[in-house]
Formats: sequence, structure tokens, C-alpha cells
Amino acid sequence: MERSSRTFGYGNGLRTLSIATVLAIAVALTMVFFYAPLEAEQGFLQKIFYLHVPLAIVALSGFVLGGLLAIQHLRTRDPRWDMRSYVVIHMSLIFAVGTLITGSIWARGSWGHWWVWSEPTLVSFLIIFLLYATYQPLRFAIEDPERQARYASVFAITAGAFVPLNFIAVRLSTEYLHPRVLGSTSNLPGPMALTLLVSFAAMVLLFATLCKYELTAKHTRSQLRALRRRLSGELADAPRPRSAVPAIQHAAAAPARAGGRAVL
Amino acid sequence: MSGAQSPPQSRERTRTVNAVGLRRTVAALLRKELLVELRTLESVPAMSLFALSTFVVFHFALNRNSVEGDLGAGILWVTLLFAAILGINRLFVADADQGGFDGFLLAPVDRSAMLIAKALTLLAYLAVLELVAVPAFALLLLGSPLGPALPGLLATLALGDLGVAVIGTLVGAMAVRTRARDLLGPLLALPLLVPIVIGGARATSPLLVQAHPTAPATRWLLTLGLYDLVFGLIAYALFDFLLED
Repeated sequence: MERSSRTFGYGNGLRTLSIATVLAIAVALTMVFFYAPLEAEQGFLQKIFYLHVPLAIVALSGFVLGGLLAIQHLRTRDPRWDMRSYVVIHMSLIFAVGTLITGSIWARGSWGHWWVWSEPTLVSFLIIFLLYATYQPLRFAIEDPERQARYASVFAITAGAFVPLNFIAVRLSTEYLHPRVLGSTSNLPGPMALTLLVSFAAMVLLFATLCKYELTAKHTRSQLRALRRRLSGELADAPRPRSAVPAIQHAAAAPARAGGRAVL
Repeated sequence: MSGAQSPPQSRERTRTVNAVGLRRTVAALLRKELLVELRTLESVPAMSLFALSTFVVFHFALNRNSVEGDLGAGILWVTLLFAAILGINRLFVADADQGGFDGFLLAPVDRSAMLIAKALTLLAYLAVLELVAVPAFALLLLGSPLGPALPGLLATLALGDLGVAVIGTLVGAMAVRTRARDLLGPLLALPLLVPIVIGGARATSPLLVQAHPTAPATRWLLTLGLYDLVFGLIAYALFDFLLED
């Protein structure tokens, strides 16, 4: 196995990424509140659009990305791909909750109801959220780490393909669309489009940063556990506690390879 | 020596042998599944009985003597779907508990044969279920005569069943070797089946309108067919990975 010489390098670039994210979010929020003009019909309420739409796009792309990473896992059988897929799907699920909440608030503000069945995007999101909500229980219900990773990958690929299909089906089922504010970016006035673009970039950065934080935390925790085991003289392959989190073999668990690192 | 020419020939021969092998394997597996079901009567009677009970429950829950249109289509599809989930939950139980997977994995055959055989089994279960449930639905709840709606309904049901069979087989195989298989099966299956409910119910509802039933819109049948096709390919690509140990 090829490993580089530096130890404990999981968090490489994390600081730079974090600072960039904070800056981007600050710029995006400033633009949302001070630069983008008020929308004529909806007024201030429309500003939630700069949060809702990027959240939705990032969450959906994250789900699809989780499927692609899972394909890579099934092809290479490298558990690190499974870990990436797990983290990306986990984070997308959180973003999807955010999308549902902001969408619900927007619906309440503009149509007077917390939930609107005629809004296909929101309905699709609910279905996708319900599907991905079973991802963790599925993992948790399989004890053997190798099989857990394999089954989770099969799920991630199936669900990743389901995301666009479901969108098409739900959109077809909606007889009429509500007057959609800003259905596509092409008819947006310049300042609004620019603000949306910056918000979107900030959201992508936030997603990447949070994923990297979680990956780093997972690796650090499992390495700590491996070290603790070595300290207490346990066997490296002692049964691990039941968990939905992917298992990674750590260099620290094998004394012969001490000094190696698990590359993120 | 015709060394340059023999590899393509032998590959060709292997391919035909495999193709025949796949068909024979599927036939053998399908025969075994249907025999087991005939001898134990574990799934299909339960599914049919469940559908009948659900119609009775709907009658009291909605407080209606007859339904039509959207409501009728919805009741029919919800009932069939939940009855199908009973079958999906049982589909792989014998293989997981009594060594069916091990036996299959020891045999030198294409693993996709199991997917195809199980999907065909589920399809057969669903056909028998509908043979009971659809006349019962017409008798107990439907306000309009079933006759004129029958051709359209059969086409819609066939397309819907195909999707349920494919998704049910994939999900059933995924859930059966987990600790909470009875819970995970339905939780995984229902969201994946939502597009089938959308297509199926929308295609069925104009057939059940009392005044003047019309044929289902082509786009719903097309949606169902496309969904079946895509999920057939996904299941075909991924099923092998569920059978590795």
C-alpha cells in the first residue's frame, strides 16, 4: 500500500478551507441583505431564496455524488471510498432537512400554508429525504463491516439514480405549477443572479468544509481507538462496537507500519 | 496451428453456453420457487387475504359504499402496494435462513439468474394477487362497471407490477440479511415505489370514472415503462454485489 511519509495528515488544508468558507458566507450574506434588490411581489421574504435554492442544489448533488463515490467503492473495494460516500450522504441529508425547512417557511410566507403539494420540488425532496433516512438504519442493521460497506454502496447507487428519476416523476404528476418566482436563473436581473451565484459558491464551500471536518473527525476517532487498543494490549482485530460508521484499517493498529497515514 | 483464430471461436462458444445456461438456471430457480410456494402456501394467500381485509378497512375508514375515479385508483394501488410489500418481505427469507444463498453461490452459474428468477416469482405472486384483488375490488368498492376499463387496467397493472417486482427483488435481497429486515424492507421499498404509485394511480383513475371512462394517458404508461427499464438495469448491475458472501 502506498503511503506518504507525513503522519496525521487528515486535516490538511482544513484551516484554509474553513477561512474561505467563513469569508464566502459573510460576503454572500452581505450581498443578500445589502446588494440584491427587493423582489417586487414578495419583498423581503424572497431573500430566503438565496438560502433555499443553493441548499437544495447542493443536497441533491451531494446525494448523486454519494452514489458516484459508492460506484468507486464497489470497483476498488477500498473502504475509504465508502467512508467518503457515507460522509457525503450524511451531510446531504442534513442539507436536505435545511431545504425542507426553508422551503416550508417560504411556502408559508407566500402561499399561506406550511406544506404545498403542488410544489414538485418540495414534494420530491420529501420523498428523497424519506429514502435517505433509511441509509443509516440500513448500515446499523448490518454488523459485518465489509458487508455493511457493500450493501450501503448498493443502496447509495440505487438511491443516487433514484434522485433524478423521482424528480421527473413528481414534476410530471403536478398538474399546474404555482407562479414560480425565479424558476430559472436566466430571467433573473443581474444583481440577483450574481447574489445567487455567490450564495451558491458559499454553500458549496460550506458543504466541502463540513464533509472534510467529518472525515477528519472520523479518522481521528478511529485512529485514537486503535491506539488505545494497542496501549491496553488488545488485539487489533478485536470486534468493534456495533456502528453505522464505516470501518477503516489504521496504520496505528499495525505496529509494523507505524508512521504511515491513512490518506483522505 | 490456427492459434490466431481459436480464441474468438471459443469465446463465442462460451457465450452461447452461458446464454443457454442462464435461461436454464432461471427456469430451474423459478420452478423451485413456485414449487416451494405451492407446497407451503406462505406468501400468495396471505397477500390476497391482506388485500381483501384492506378493502374492508377502506370501506369503514372512508365510510363509503362505492368509490370511483382518483379515490378508487388510489385505494386499489395502495392496497396492491402494501400487499406486495408482504410478499417482498418473505421473498428471500427461506434463502437466507435455510441456506438457499449458500447453495446458489456454490453452483457455477450466473448470479443474475437469481435476480431474474426472483423477480419473475414476485411477478407471478402479484399476478395471482391481482386475480383475486381486482375482482374483489370491483365487487366490494367500485362504483362503475369494470368491463370497459379492463384492457387499460391490465396494461397499467402489468407495467406497474414489473417495476414492483424489480424494485422488490433488489430491496428484499438488501434487507433480508440485516438485523431489522421486517422494518427495513418496507422503509426502503416505499419511497422507491412512489413513482410507480404516481404513474399507476394517474393512469388508472380515468378508467374508473363513473360517467365516461377514458383510456389512460400514454405519458403515464410511458413513465411506468421507463421507470421499469431504468430500475431493471440498476438492479441487474447491482444485484451481484448483494450475493458475495
